[in-house]
Amino acid sequence: MYDLIIIGAGPAGITASVYAARKRMNFLVITRDIGGQAALSYDIQNYVGYQFITGPDLAQKFREHLEQFNVETKEGESVTSISKDGDIVKVKTDKGEYSAKTVIIASGRIPRKLGVEGEEEFKNRGITYCATCDGPLFADKEVAVIGGGNSALDAVLQLIKIAKKIYLINIGPQLQADPIMVEKAKNSEKVVVYNNTKVEKISGDTFVKGIKISREGKEEDLAVEGIFIEIGSTPSSDFIKNIEKNESGEIFVNCLCETSIPGIFAAGDVTNVYAKQIIVACGEGAKAALASFEYISKTK
Amino acid sequence: MSKRVKVYSTSTCPYCAMVKTFLKEKNIPFEDVNVGNDPEAAKEMIEKSGQMGVPVIDIDGKIILGFNKEAISRELGI
Repeated sequence: MYDLIIIGAGPAGITASVYAARKRMNFLVITRDIGGQAALSYDIQNYVGYQFITGPDLAQKFREHLEQFNVETKEGESVTSISKDGDIVKVKTDKGEYSAKTVIIASGRIPRKLGVEGEEEFKNRGITYCATCDGPLFADKEVAVIGGGNSALDAVLQLIKIAKKIYLINIGPQLQADPIMVEKAKNSEKVVVYNNTKVEKISGDTFVKGIKISREGKEEDLAVEGIFIEIGSTPSSDFIKNIEKNESGEIFVNCLCETSIPGIFAAGDVTNVYAKQIIVACGEGAKAALASFEYISKTK
Repeated sequence: MSKRVKVYSTSTCPYCAMVKTFLKEKNIPFEDVNVGNDPEAAKEMIEKSGQMGVPVIDIDGKIILGFNKEAISRELGI
């Protein structure tokens, strides 16, 4: 049995691992990838110590730091459930089952889905949730970006250099992104903004061919080959039930990163902590590991 | 004989960078194909993989989607 299982290896999970390793805890890291959302950031200019670093480079630095210690890591494994059996926490994954005295949930967030017909079918067949990754594949094509916040506008600004025409489909009455980004987008002849507009359906054959939208009480079809869904993110907390969460699914933690279940801690973007920032997530991961260490010392 | 490895990527894609770093660490030579500035290569990748997401890794004709470390290692026998 482990002292600790850390779920996730983004900024929070990696920092928790470094602290746990230095406390010589017997622990396991279960994660889908190393770096988490931080690895997907194109440029990072507010992580102290680096005036500028790209997401993949920071993720690589995190990995190197983790590899300083001999950490048992299950990479590419997904947690399916967590339950408490007496004083023991059981963690089930798609590949096995593990038990520990404590768990730190640092599973971060995943892109939010639209929930319309065709979304699953055409994922990676014209629909993408990562404009940074897949944008260049849509050179000289007509595309739609769904959303109205900074991530949507960031996608639009990247696509201006690549695509032929960009429809920005926003469900609200106005764009929520920073004005400087909105101005840049509106200054481009390639960009058409539709506010108060809802996506009804995504259609195509092998690949996306179009999108059905409704606005001003009317339905309309747009012929697009690429659809970039940028409507924010949702906490990756579905695998744990019976724990207190807020309406958006974020796990409630106190200032010791304790959740409503003793022995289960949570850290970073999966929690209700203020400010979803890399540096904040790192700090939370450190706190969670120290709190876990203390919990074990006290319950011995 | 070593296997022929081709990585279809874009210059901005984080997972592509991870795949390439991983292969370099393991001393696996590979051909780096930037589909962002080569429409022909993009077409080839879409035909081979039946989808439009990057990265796509072609190991002697076996197609792996995304940075699937386990599948890549298995295919390379490392």
